[in-house]
Amino acid sequence: MAHDEAAAVPVPRRPALRRFLESRNGLGLLFMLPAAVFLLCFLTYPLGLGVWLGFTDTKIGRTGVFVGLENYAWLFDDPVFWLSVFNTLIYTVVASIAKFALGLWLALLLNRNLPMKKFFRAVILLPWVVPTVLSAMAFWWIFDSQFSIISWVLMKWGVISQPINFLGDPWTARWSVIAANVWRGIPFVAISLLAGLQTIPQSLNEAAAIDGATRWQMFTKVTLPLLTPIIAVVMTFSVLFTFTDFQLIYVLTRGGPVNATHLMATLSFQRAIPGGQLGEGAAIAVAMIPFLLAAILFSFFGLQRRRWQQGND
Amino acid sequence: MAKTAPTDDHSEGMDHFDSRARRILTLWLPLACFVFVLLFPFYWMAITAIKPNYQLTDYENYSPFWVVEPTLRHIRYLLFETTYPAWMWNTIVVSVVSTALALVASVFAAYAIERLRFRGARMTGLLIFLAYLVPPSILFIPLAVIVFQVGIFDSKLALILTYPTFLIPFCTWLLMGYFRSIPYELEESALVDGATRWQILTKIVLPLSVPGLISAGIFAFTLSWNEFIYALTFISSSENKTVPVGVLTELVRGDIYEWGALMSGALLGSLPVVILYSFFVDYYVSSMTGAVKE
Repeated sequence: MAHDEAAAVPVPRRPALRRFLESRNGLGLLFMLPAAVFLLCFLTYPLGLGVWLGFTDTKIGRTGVFVGLENYAWLFDDPVFWLSVFNTLIYTVVASIAKFALGLWLALLLNRNLPMKKFFRAVILLPWVVPTVLSAMAFWWIFDSQFSIISWVLMKWGVISQPINFLGDPWTARWSVIAANVWRGIPFVAISLLAGLQTIPQSLNEAAAIDGATRWQMFTKVTLPLLTPIIAVVMTFSVLFTFTDFQLIYVLTRGGPVNATHLMATLSFQRAIPGGQLGEGAAIAVAMIPFLLAAILFSFFGLQRRRWQQGND
Repeated sequence: MAKTAPTDDHSEGMDHFDSRARRILTLWLPLACFVFVLLFPFYWMAITAIKPNYQLTDYENYSPFWVVEPTLRHIRYLLFETTYPAWMWNTIVVSVVSTALALVASVFAAYAIERLRFRGARMTGLLIFLAYLVPPSILFIPLAVIVFQVGIFDSKLALILTYPTFLIPFCTWLLMGYFRSIPYELEESALVDGATRWQILTKIVLPLSVPGLISAGIFAFTLSWNEFIYALTFISSSENKTVPVGVLTELVRGDIYEWGALMSGALLGSLPVVILYSFFVDYYVSSMTGAVKE
């Protein structure tokens, strides 16, 4: 402030509010306000409230009291909970691997020189655009126990003698929901990886070919390493969304038969909303967080590696 | 984003080394399989929606893959004898309003993070990214409690206010990428000419990022249209439901599945996003890949 007074003609100072709004921090704060209010009220606060609810015995229509780890102790002895954890892991691992393999294959096909590339890309993204619940209903009809079109075709060809009970038997039900999930997930993986593939210059593969590399060597030694960073990000998203999936299971099986396809998300809904046990449902949801954190850390290191590869840092 | 823009060279690469037979076997055959599997459920949905009931399960006399006397009975039933039109209207209102809210909030947030660079902007950007990774399936229980306490349970407002929680992080993240690609020099020269920050935002940055705004907007609209778990939890009366929830909970009665009506409901409910998508394919692709790349 000393140099202000030293000035021969003091410049009239603008009002404090205006000065605040023209400074970086003041204006930044103001601009962040709408988004921050939304996210704090409806994301951060519920996240905290969810963790708190997990420690209470809240039921629908009754405020709960703190019961410590009782919900978790209860879940620890609950075979259905462990079955849902098992199902979630199987569902996530199998579906993610399938989505990755098929998605990468499809991306490689689309990256070849082919006519109507845009048309194919548009068509392939369609399963991802249509609401999951509505496409899952088509699968529900396709997996019908009596009138399944798959059973009918296989019976026509003489492969099977009676309709497959797609959603009625524990293991066929698991494979069926995984198939439906993979169907919906392939477009996202394929189109994202295609965008990554398009950043790899053809000349690298041509140089490898001149050096005598086979197709397989070009794929594993040139394409795959350059694609790894984007694979890490895409697969983190894919794993995250598969792990927390709810819609598909809710439409196709609602967790049945005999809880064989219950995922942690559907079990949490089942216990909390129709069952009324909000505290227990919240505890199941909170139990998903460690897995999600692992996925996010994985993504973080994937991003780091990418930045390093680009030579930005 | 500019750094990783697709090279998009139309050179043939090394494909001309392939023989025609090899090309058919390694390219066209697998591609045809993919397209068939990815599109078949939609075909099945559409053909079921217009099949008369007597052909629906009679696979012996009528080929299941075709329809002889297409009927609009199921669609007429949906439109005039159920609350389907109301669900459609609810879905449109909720999706449009929550998308608009999210876009406005995201434009300001993205501009502040990317260009005002207030103290802690980088950290805020990272937190926004983390918020994108919080899935609705762990938020719906506490949100249901909040929605109930605030007194907006079973109203469109409950959905309009909660949908931006997953839209804002996504839109902000996407718009940050777009704003980053606008040269600083434009803003600097405007500042020299005496423009305020508000004028810079509305007269320079926003017009230049129209493609980004379209991408974020249609993507957010699609996400809200597809949302299910919040709508299922926060809405209880039939006339306030959205299409995905309504079709699933109201059209299935007991053990008798009216597949014709169900599939028409699914088909009609998909049409708006599919039409939007067909006009803006490139924007969808760029928003999807942009979100992953940045």
